[in-house]
Amino acid sequence: MIELLKDLLRWLTSGSQWSGTDGIGTRLLEHLQYSLLATLVAAAIALPVGLLIGHTGRGAFLAINLSGFGRALPTVGLVTLVFLASGLSMWPVYISLVALAVPVIVTNTYAGMAAVDPEVRDAARGQGMRWYQVLFQVELPLALPLIMTGLRLACVQVVATATIAAYVSFGGLGRYVFDGLAQRDLVQVLGGAVLVAVLAIALDLALAGVQRLLFRNRPPRAHAH
Amino acid sequence: MTVDWGWFPDHQSDLVTLTLDHLSTAVPAVLFGLLIALPLAVIAHRVRALRGLLLGLSNILFTIPSIAIFVLLLPITGLTRTTAITGLTIYTLVVLLRNTVEGLDSVPTKVREASTAMGARPLRTLLTVELPLAFPVIMAGVRVATVMAISLVSVASYIGYGGLGQLFTDGFQRNYPTPVVAGVLLSLLLALVADAVLVTIQWLCTPWLRRRA
Repeated sequence: MIELLKDLLRWLTSGSQWSGTDGIGTRLLEHLQYSLLATLVAAAIALPVGLLIGHTGRGAFLAINLSGFGRALPTVGLVTLVFLASGLSMWPVYISLVALAVPVIVTNTYAGMAAVDPEVRDAARGQGMRWYQVLFQVELPLALPLIMTGLRLACVQVVATATIAAYVSFGGLGRYVFDGLAQRDLVQVLGGAVLVAVLAIALDLALAGVQRLLFRNRPPRAHAH
Repeated sequence: MTVDWGWFPDHQSDLVTLTLDHLSTAVPAVLFGLLIALPLAVIAHRVRALRGLLLGLSNILFTIPSIAIFVLLLPITGLTRTTAITGLTIYTLVVLLRNTVEGLDSVPTKVREASTAMGARPLRTLLTVELPLAFPVIMAGVRVATVMAISLVSVASYIGYGGLGQLFTDGFQRNYPTPVVAGVLLSLLLALVADAVLVTIQWLCTPWLRRRA
């Protein structure tokens, strides 16, 4: 066990491992690119949907069930299926990652909107605000902490799952995990796993920092799933 | 991409075996998760100082990718089902712990004080007042954890204990979509049925909520 940790440390700290087109630096950037793009696309889809459902109060049943369905969808199955349908392209990776992140963001956005005090909403309407003013100036700011929690959760899950890019022969940190498994090289597998975990935690902390900066005067964050 | 529907009846017994295999990894994972989460949640709820630490630690565990958890466990538990179950248990823990703490927090202080005033000791208050009242929130966590565990079992196919996930590897290697479609559909169906079973259990266990409605 101690030997293994020493080997792992050597693997992680050797300079040659970090440089070059298949070095850790490149793989890290690839992983970051897949994860951020997928999270952004998912947010672009999920945020309007969640806000609209929360604002109108319509379609909540559908949204909750769809997000349950999305959570039940096995990512490995989805990536394999899209791969067999589309051939060698980035589609399987992005479709699977977006499908993973959308339900999380929709559920949390909706939960944030549903938690807004109806009296506050009525007061805003009573003051003659238009629906979009109520949505963007009253409901959205109040729902933001929960929305941010959703984005953080989604981001962490996407980073963790972006390893599947290597499964369909692309890059990212999953490369070390899958190559290591194929070559029976435990140190390489562990190295990849540690790097993914560190990246996920670092991104989560970064988003938590953004959240703290945005809501310095807000009550502590709550959770939804 | 064409799906060969005739493949399904031909492989009926294989599909049943894999589905049962899938369940025998997912179900113990949720049960063990619950077994660990309940006492930890009670501690986090009662001892404020440990609350942040416990929730924070479980959040960090959640950031490790599921495939990495399986691989990290390999040196300890080897290529066995134990590795698959342990990995999934770690994953369910986050949701279960968070929901159980939230459930216990949602019990009004007055109710707890009334129980104490009637002479109930802390353990009795916990078992007969707090846990039953927190039950709906805890069950919400169990439902999410179960659906998550069922969808994640497939990842364990890399170490050979993936249940229906075996069909994904098979279809991928042979460039044949039919088993992959079968695996995705059965996995979804399994999650749906498991969720329905849990909703029924919750309905049966909370008669007081029914009467009110």
